[in-house]
Amino acid sequence: MIHRALMLALLALPALAQERRSGFEDMAPQTQAMQRDDTSNPGMLWALEGEDLFRQPAGPAGQSCASCHAEGSMQGVAARYPAWDTARQAPIDLAGRIAQCRTDRQGAPPLARESQGLLALSAHVGQQSRGLPIAPPADPRLDAARVQGAALYAERRGQLDLSCAQCHDDHPGRRLAGSIIPQAHPTGYPLYRLEWQALGSLQRRLRGCMTGVRAEPFAYGAPEYIAIELFLMSRAAGLAVETPAVRP
Amino acid sequence: MPSPSILLAFLLLALPAAAQEVVEDAIPRSLTGTPGDATRGRAIVADRQRGLCLLCHSGPFPEEPFQGNLAPSLAGAGSRWTEGQLRLRLVDGKRLNPDSIMPSYHRREGLHRVGPAFQGRTILTAAEIEDVLAFLMTLREEAAP
Ligand code: HEC
Ligand code: HEC
Repeated sequence: MIHRALMLALLALPALAQERRSGFEDMAPQTQAMQRDDTSNPGMLWALEGEDLFRQPAGPAGQSCASCHAEGSMQGVAARYPAWDTARQAPIDLAGRIAQCRTDRQGAPPLARESQGLLALSAHVGQQSRGLPIAPPADPRLDAARVQGAALYAERRGQLDLSCAQCHDDHPGRRLAGSIIPQAHPTGYPLYRLEWQALGSLQRRLRGCMTGVRAEPFAYGAPEYIAIELFLMSRAAGLAVETPAVRP
Repeated sequence: MPSPSILLAFLLLALPAAAQEVVEDAIPRSLTGTPGDATRGRAIVADRQRGLCLLCHSGPFPEEPFQGNLAPSLAGAGSRWTEGQLRLRLVDGKRLNPDSIMPSYHRREGLHRVGPAFQGRTILTAAEIEDVLAFLMTLREEAAP
């Protein structure tokens, strides 16, 4: 346990050595303004749809999310995910938990990864942590996955043979063609990406970086993504949640 | 005693390897035996799906608005290096600097989780590399400071 914690601290060092900044800081002023103003932030459309879905009964017992979760009880939740899922004895991300509540508790038809409904609900729940500092739980059962995430982040992959760290730790702020390389803090997900013309999850973003280096991405929901998210969230601890953010 | 045709097959198989022979920090011999074409090479360098060079490098491409700044400018590359030195840097620059972020354009081994569409393939073919080299050798002038 002790040397796991030490290893994590060491792994996080290069990122902490430089001042941490959200990808928001690297954006053009117009894109920043779009994120700041709820009336122009396209991600709000999904968040509002999610608010409706949250109150809509689904499944045989006619229960909604709101039947179990009181108004305001979702505040801070997104800031402390991924968390440990005792049922599956594995880490689970927020979208996974929402999908699990939906099938296991409501008995409703499953919500697929990247489906409109799951993105909308994730945006609605995430929005309620907006402005709160990212606060990964100090649950030692998550340590193994976090260490795995750090290793996946440092591993070279794909035909271009690049690791996440080579771009995001060694060259943040530099330009890869027209894009400024951000520090890769998962502060705003799900977020509206101008390039996607849609809301998308962190896993969609990670797939983009993986296919960019011509690597085979993991399947949506794969434990590898949750491990990477755990690592990225611990690396971003203290930065404010921006969901639903906007990115170029 | 192997038949002459088997011997010939062996010789042909051995050819590409011999062509990539590294001498100090260079691969002196052409990968194809045919001189590259600088015009085709320029197009490959500027192409973001093929050469990918401008993702990281800048260079004398006034028509290309989005050039990277992760790597030195390509301007003047042909006066800083010999053709053989550039060949090794393109084929597998990691032989010189294992930590480099520059992809090895003519290496298949030692890669991890390569996407299905790219498996077993090099980023550029031997002929494309010779084209890029012909173009790089025309870049004699350093970038304006
Ligand atoms: C070749 C460079 C490169 C590699 C390798 C790379 N990325 Fe990225 N990444 C980028 C760029 C550039 C962007 C910003 C894209 C844009 O603005 O259009 C980005 C964006 C991101 C973001 C979004 C940050 C935000 O503010 O929303 C995350 C998270 C991320 N990358 C994580 C990763 C992970 C994890 C890996 C490895 C699996 C990885 N990246 C590999 C270049 C890279
Ligand atoms: C992902 C980033 C990346 C890509 C893509 C890339 N390079 Fe490089 N290249 C570098 C870096 C970084 C260096 C500096 C030396 C090193 O780290 O090995 C370099 C060095 C070089 C050099 C020697 C530069 C000098 O004068 O010292 C040449 C020439 C070169 N690259 C040509 C190319 C060409 C041509 C392509 C495309 C076919 C290309 N590079 C693609 C990152 C890249």
